[in-house]
Amino acid sequence: MPDLLLELFSEEIPARMQAQAADTLKKMVTDALVERGLLYEGAKAFVTPRRLALVVHGLPGKQADQHEDKKGPRVGAPEAALAGFLKSAGLDSIEQAHVHSDPKKGDFYVAHIHRAGRPTPEVLAEFLPQIIRTFPWPKSMRWGSGSLRWVRPLHSIVCTFGTEGDEPEVVPFEVDGIASSNVTYGHRFMGPQAITVKRLDDWMAKLEAAKVVVDRERRKDIILNDAKDLALARGLELVEDEGLLEEVAGLVEWPVVLMGEFEERFLDIPDEVIRATIRANQKCFVLKDPKTGRLANRFILTSNLLAHDGGKAIVAGNGRVIRARLSDAKFFWDTDRANGLEKNLPKFANITFHEKLGSQQARIERIAALAVKLAPQVGADAALTEQAALLAKADLLTEVVGEFPELQGLMGRYYALGEGVAEEVALACEEHYKPQGPGDRVPTSPVSIAVALADKIDTLAGFWAIDEKPTGSKDPYALRRAALGIIRIILENGVRVRLADVIADATKGIDAPVAAPEGWQADLLSFFADRLKVYLRDNGARFDLVDAVFALEGQDDLFQLVSRMTSLARFLETEDGKNLLAGYRRAVNILRIEEKKDGKAYAGPTNATLLKLAEEEKLASAIEDVKSRVGRAIAAEDFEAAMTALADLRGPVDAFFDAVTVNAPEADLRENRLKLLDEIRSATRTIADFDRIEG
Amino acid sequence: MIDPALPAHMRPDRSFQALLLTLQRFWADQGCVILQPYDMEVGAGTFHPATTLRALGPKHWKAAYVQPSRRPKDGRYGENPNRLQHYYQFQVILKPSPENLQELYLKSLEAIGVDLGLHDVRFVEDDWESPTLGAWGLGWECWCDGMEVSQFTYFQQVAGFECAPVAGELTYGLERLAMYVQGVENVYDLNFNGREGDEKITYGDVFLQAEQEYSRHNFEHADTDMLLEQFRMAEAACKKYIAAGDAGEKHLMVLPAYDQCIKASHVFNLLDARGVISVTERQSYILRVRELAKACGAAWLKTDAGGVEAA
Repeated sequence: MPDLLLELFSEEIPARMQAQAADTLKKMVTDALVERGLLYEGAKAFVTPRRLALVVHGLPGKQADQHEDKKGPRVGAPEAALAGFLKSAGLDSIEQAHVHSDPKKGDFYVAHIHRAGRPTPEVLAEFLPQIIRTFPWPKSMRWGSGSLRWVRPLHSIVCTFGTEGDEPEVVPFEVDGIASSNVTYGHRFMGPQAITVKRLDDWMAKLEAAKVVVDRERRKDIILNDAKDLALARGLELVEDEGLLEEVAGLVEWPVVLMGEFEERFLDIPDEVIRATIRANQKCFVLKDPKTGRLANRFILTSNLLAHDGGKAIVAGNGRVIRARLSDAKFFWDTDRANGLEKNLPKFANITFHEKLGSQQARIERIAALAVKLAPQVGADAALTEQAALLAKADLLTEVVGEFPELQGLMGRYYALGEGVAEEVALACEEHYKPQGPGDRVPTSPVSIAVALADKIDTLAGFWAIDEKPTGSKDPYALRRAALGIIRIILENGVRVRLADVIADATKGIDAPVAAPEGWQADLLSFFADRLKVYLRDNGARFDLVDAVFALEGQDDLFQLVSRMTSLARFLETEDGKNLLAGYRRAVNILRIEEKKDGKAYAGPTNATLLKLAEEEKLASAIEDVKSRVGRAIAAEDFEAAMTALADLRGPVDAFFDAVTVNAPEADLRENRLKLLDEIRSATRTIADFDRIEG
Repeated sequence: MIDPALPAHMRPDRSFQALLLTLQRFWADQGCVILQPYDMEVGAGTFHPATTLRALGPKHWKAAYVQPSRRPKDGRYGENPNRLQHYYQFQVILKPSPENLQELYLKSLEAIGVDLGLHDVRFVEDDWESPTLGAWGLGWECWCDGMEVSQFTYFQQVAGFECAPVAGELTYGLERLAMYVQGVENVYDLNFNGREGDEKITYGDVFLQAEQEYSRHNFEHADTDMLLEQFRMAEAACKKYIAAGDAGEKHLMVLPAYDQCIKASHVFNLLDARGVISVTERQSYILRVRELAKACGAAWLKTDAGGVEAA
């Protein structure tokens, strides 16, 4: 079976777009093939800085033939109808049609249409130009005088089709003056001459000889292995960095891994700063000395050239740039330490946090006030918490963080420690940003917890107050992440706070100039409920129970809420739980129907003298008993005991439904029984709103 | 390869001025008009009307020139070996961008002494945007052994107008390149004239004092009241000239109007360096300059050089 080879050769494709582009090309082409009835055995995409390519294996040489019977008008139909039929069926005269007889409708014409499948190359030549013209690059451009859009100027297209062993044919098409061919080019510097290629293996082998490794994964392996080997030879360890590896593999067609060094005096700079400097600016890896656990004064670079001098000039050049960058970094680090963190604080008065939410200074003061309020609830020292909250953002104005925003917090900790500030305070400078995402660690030290909660709640309350909530995929202030962070800090540390109260406290500090939307605090609280559901769902828990518990009044103590929910979930798994839920639903259904019929609601208490049957009486007293036991258990936060108590309702409920007719002919009995049903509802209400339980 | 016939003082790897002359010579050989610097203070070579305005409209255009560029905020009182508030850019603009623009660029590097068999030259994604000019393009920063030595851009929009045909723009950071080919770590140590001994003039001899003086000016003494007034004046003048030159189908006075746009932009940069513009105001100043640039772009398209049909 023949294979297709497609290669789009262009100027340098941004590294960050390459992997996605390869996937997209594969999907677009294979979808188009299948849509046209051309099934294939396999497909693989390739991408380098200068080429995007695709191989599709095992394609048929042509589409299958298609047959269709087209029904026409009856025999003897008017001339116009016949003419229309001939035209639509592509016939020259009516003699070419067949006559079919139908016992009901009589004789009518049928055209037997045969469509021969077209050769695959012809089909390819038709749809490939369209794919190229509409390829969804994240950003595309025009060049020269043309109108074609591609990620960078597109220079040539290889498109061949053929079976192993045979000379493949070129699939002929043209896009904006670029004609497909079987000619490509090798490495920009080490193999720039034109190469004629046949099929995948030939293409790969010839490009390899022209110093191009077309397979991205292989380039990554080469870089990683060579880097590790170089490190090992020096007794060092490579600091692996998947993101950097991905990027570097997208910057070279022929990876040549080299090692360089810098002066030891730069090792005074914190490792994270060295790494950020070398990574961000130079896209080089750093190395660790296993003896000290710290960085070594060496780096690994990946060049795109086998240089005549073995890479000496390249290493020297990169080293020079890295030295200059590290000099800057060292200067920043020294300057910051000489200045001290405190010195930055007054500057926050002139920095706008958000035009509707005032200055950074106002925000820091709000966070501090809220953190101090939270401190006793999380077991933190109030004075240290205040100090930490006031200092936590100070590193934003340091030179190092100005250069490397990703080091915010961490630098604060370094500088604070250097200034002899209490360790908890320094730690909070770093940890109050945490957790940054689902994979990040949650702070556990009380001072950090207080500041982290205050920081995030202030952010949420502020943006809610000015009506800048996240919508759809838009969440420019990362408010979802902040809410999730709060949820995780509370749950993982067992923090006991009433969110509604905390939000109310946060509100006090906010001086939003615009009228805050009505009821935003309640809306923010329900946002937390939604986030909690997402969090629980991601952790495999039942999120319908969040609603069931949240529906009760004042459920804003997330830790308690989740404990209650967990017990409830476990209870609902038991035989008692399932039956009680069924009994509950039966009761509520009857109630609903009768209440609708009567146009009134039935609510307890029942009249004891009207409880005629033993099962009625038993249920009524069971409800009394369960209610008070559940109440006591919940007050003691013993949710297991509450569930055990609730389980005792099951027997009486089942017995009641077996023996008692709710809709008794006697009006007073009926009303009393309906009230009893409502008592079941209210008994379960002490635990959750069972209406919201699914399944 | 460096032309072996060159006398020592004219070798681009020995002399700053020779580097510049070599690039001029190279691009002259490619058919470019070699222009002299624009006689106004600009933040980058792109501001030269030979780039900003000529990038607009259908007419073909090839030019190259050196442009002294001023970035008041980058002043370091002459104490930083890499940062300057006044430096040189070498600017090349080719419209439409030729098919072999990358190859031409690489040849120009060879001409100034970068051996492509020894040095790792890379095109690393870097999209260019000038908010004040309402311009953007896609391209790369060009790396030589990990150092950014040039900016390479295919203009997509200028002054808010689509570029068709598309111009290719190359911007060489001359000091950086010179430091690289001369093997010097401090910009002030660059050999400017290619002579040795008593006759040698360094970059520091020419510019150190200026860097110190202008840093004082830019950060401490530039008269902000005057500058604020100058900004308003330039803005008003630009609008006035745009209105005065408007002759319906054609525009008769875009270049003088554009000068005022350049002026407003530079004054804004000075005000920014003096730290008297708040974050929120900053955005509005940028928008005001962009409005001027857009008006100039629109007017340019109604001139002969902008491609309007001769009436």
